[in-house]
Amino acid sequence: MNETARFDYLSEAKTPAGAEGWERMYPYFLLPNKDLRTHEDSHLWFTDTIHWSRGCHPFDSIGAEAVYLGAGQNSARIYAIPTSLGLDVRIVNGYVYISPNPVVDPAEIQERLEHFTVRASYYYENWEELYERWKLKIGSVVDAMNALSFDPLPKFEPVEAVFEARGRSVSWKIIENYHKLIDSFFLVWQHHFEFINLGYGGFLTFFQFCKNAFPSISDQAISRMVAGIDVLAFRPDEELRRLALLGHELGLGAELTARRPAAQTQERLAVNEAGRRWLDELERSKDPWFNYFAEYGFTHDQETWRDNLDLPFNGIARYVEMIERGEDIQRPVDRIRQERDDLVTGYRRLLGDIEAKQFDELLALARRVFPHIEEHNIFVEHWAHSAFWTKMKELGDFLVASGFLAARDDIFYLNRFELDQVLFDVVESWAIGVEPRGTARWRREIEQRRDIMRALQAATPQPAFGTPPAEVTDPLAVMNYGVTTELVQEWLHGASGESTGLSGIPASPGVVEGVVRVLRSEHDLDRLQEGEILVAPITAPSWGSAFSVAKGVITDVGGMMCHAAIVCREYGLPAVVGTGFATTRLKTGQRVRLDGDSGVVELLGGEA
Amino acid sequence: MTYQFTLGFDDPSCRQTDLVGGKAAGLAEMTSRGVPVAPGFVVTTAAFREFLDATGRAGEISELLGRLERYDLDAASLAAERIHSWLADAALPEVARREIEARYVELSAAAGTPGVSVAIRSSASAEDSVLSSFAGEFETWVDVAGLDDVLAHVHKCYLSMFAPRVLSYVLDRGLDHGVIDMAVVVQKTVRARAAGVMFTLDPVHGDRSQVVIEANWGLGLSVVGGEVIPDRYTVDKVTRQERQRVVGSKRLAYLRGDRGPVEVPEDRRQVACLSPAEVLALADLGMRLEELQGKPQDIEFAVDEELPEGGNLVLLQCRPETVWSGRQRPAAFDAGSSMMSWIAGAISAPSRGASGVGGHHHG
Repeated sequence: MNETARFDYLSEAKTPAGAEGWERMYPYFLLPNKDLRTHEDSHLWFTDTIHWSRGCHPFDSIGAEAVYLGAGQNSARIYAIPTSLGLDVRIVNGYVYISPNPVVDPAEIQERLEHFTVRASYYYENWEELYERWKLKIGSVVDAMNALSFDPLPKFEPVEAVFEARGRSVSWKIIENYHKLIDSFFLVWQHHFEFINLGYGGFLTFFQFCKNAFPSISDQAISRMVAGIDVLAFRPDEELRRLALLGHELGLGAELTARRPAAQTQERLAVNEAGRRWLDELERSKDPWFNYFAEYGFTHDQETWRDNLDLPFNGIARYVEMIERGEDIQRPVDRIRQERDDLVTGYRRLLGDIEAKQFDELLALARRVFPHIEEHNIFVEHWAHSAFWTKMKELGDFLVASGFLAARDDIFYLNRFELDQVLFDVVESWAIGVEPRGTARWRREIEQRRDIMRALQAATPQPAFGTPPAEVTDPLAVMNYGVTTELVQEWLHGASGESTGLSGIPASPGVVEGVVRVLRSEHDLDRLQEGEILVAPITAPSWGSAFSVAKGVITDVGGMMCHAAIVCREYGLPAVVGTGFATTRLKTGQRVRLDGDSGVVELLGGEA
Repeated sequence: MTYQFTLGFDDPSCRQTDLVGGKAAGLAEMTSRGVPVAPGFVVTTAAFREFLDATGRAGEISELLGRLERYDLDAASLAAERIHSWLADAALPEVARREIEARYVELSAAAGTPGVSVAIRSSASAEDSVLSSFAGEFETWVDVAGLDDVLAHVHKCYLSMFAPRVLSYVLDRGLDHGVIDMAVVVQKTVRARAAGVMFTLDPVHGDRSQVVIEANWGLGLSVVGGEVIPDRYTVDKVTRQERQRVVGSKRLAYLRGDRGPVEVPEDRRQVACLSPAEVLALADLGMRLEELQGKPQDIEFAVDEELPEGGNLVLLQCRPETVWSGRQRPAAFDAGSSMMSWIAGAISAPSRGASGVGGHHHG
């Protein structure tokens, strides 16, 4: 590698026109820091568009705090992963950048190893039991968030304040509940990392065993041997299929495929018995399965299926049409299971006795931990995030009711520390009997920030900053983010415009040629036509209906373990993830050859 | 028609060594297991016996041979000369002639080439111990074309049984010439559109899960001799997917075994010489051979341009792979230590990024 090859330093990042002053929107510790230039310049910072595919609003930066708090706590301090501390984090031009923080001193690694062995083995040995407890823990945090309320402040305190001798005001509940909501969010993200890196570790051990025994084995073959079959991750999409089948049986196909707005479809269905029966089943599916983001719910502006029933209704319509064409829409569970068993048998018989024994033990370990890897998004990203944003929007309503904000979503133009001050201002002003001191000031600021955000979101993030290491070595970072030495090189060349093709991580096998459809957001999903190749910033698993329409998937970011890679393998859809530039290099209508085995996307001449 | 003196390789009787000799029985065995060999037929040992009997000299020949002494080269030469004079003008039995004609016409039709070029070789029959010592004693004629030439070469084959070299070889080893029978294999000459070498493991890493194929246009000579950068195809045995295809730079090719190499036109050098379907069919063939032989194989193959697609793969040679097969690969993890130490090693090792892009391995 060229010693001098590097990306711009964080301090050299250029602000997009119209976004001047963006820095003031975020907490100081998330900003590039001139006092730490030696540290910042010598590290590689790559963009985390897996979690934040768009420039994030001031309040949404709470996710960048929470994710990398939880990741660091668990990796560095709780389990003492021998060679990895946490991931350092910055926000540049609204996008989140992270930097692995490895341990290199052998004595330190040895010390950490001793702790790790004791601590991690407790979890591996008691995995199922502890995982059940984890589900309960997440459930109780979600319940706690759902129980919070932000009622408008009354003119007079309820009389119970007197007769129950409370000696305190309900207004403080606003501040208390806000703090509880924030605490819950941080707690969920600590829980998120309780299992996940241990899970990846278990899988990675099996992975490395396979790569040693079969140096040329494909990554997908390894994951397919481990993949769960009846995991929760597939439930939301299965609910759509269930509803499509039921609708078809009840003779509602014409209504369900008319693609009217969901509200109108529901009204039209409610007029007869069959329609009402279907609507009852829809209600049953909604909780909890429609608490499901089209992405992962890292930003406030994402919708769940519940928020926007058009999303699941579109999926249902597509399934009904498939049924009407005589296609089988059930997941081919038996075939998947058979293929999985055939792979295991096929590779195992090529091993000697000692290796076969290790293979069995490690396959069992990998299968033990894999359901968590596949399912955890449902609990954290979908269920906890949907509860969190729902409550934040209620708090936005409270501020509108208080006359502080003009619109509910304006709340997200304040970061969490600023919001704490605003809430205090509102509550204290109410108590004193004066207008909140900051109304005009913050409304002005919000208008300015609206322009800044527009400018930030219109800009494409630079894939990385700083100095790449000779090798990207952290196996967990590599697996989670797909950032390999090769990809960083690709970025470097791409950044200087030298590269002609696109390559990424071969996430799901198969080769297809076709016309691409570049979609930057799930809101554009209905533009995707049958047989097109979907190109998106991230692979979002819940673009469920897209997977039955697209014939291949290409993304800017993601690793072989990203949720969508898993889903694509399930659906037998070729996929290349982590290309870095697919959404900026490819234009809708171009023809490409997508090779899910080699990870290469080749631009073919001629447009459709 | 029914055949008395000839058999196709797919005939169950063609696996009887006493009737067709070792070589033909081997071809029949392969055919019965679905291994494609160059198409052809065998003229049985019965035809040879019939030929000798029809000359009326069988008794004299065996008497003559019985009198020969070991290491008496001159006497052997003399006997060979006499036998040759008795057999040189003897005709093949009429029934055998007609059968060979019918089979040859059929073979030509299948190849779409009237008077197709064939290879003719002897397939001796005797006890195994006798037979094994005979390897290479008999001649092979390639590029024989036209019925008259085919018949003439079957006849040549018969005479070769009594060549001085063969007679003294038999004598010197104390064998009885009378127990050796002769069948003749007639097999289409392979006209290779492409050919090459296939290993049923990755010859670089010893990965048993992969089949690796190297191929060029024309005959396999250029691949074996390393005269070009051949195409390289890798197929995973378990998933049966083509994993990698590296198209080579193929500037020359041997189109005929009896001629030198020719330049490959510029626009064909960087074109894959095998189709994806051919690659998978070849890998299937490799796996079948490995299964039959019980160990990884090193295989020479050709894709015949005269045979119809789907039936155009031809196995030329197959032998056990010797470099990796006998080697014990160390397991990824120390069997004596705990699984926790394996896990700690896996998540700490700066090796083999889990995304496995391009199968890149760090030192």
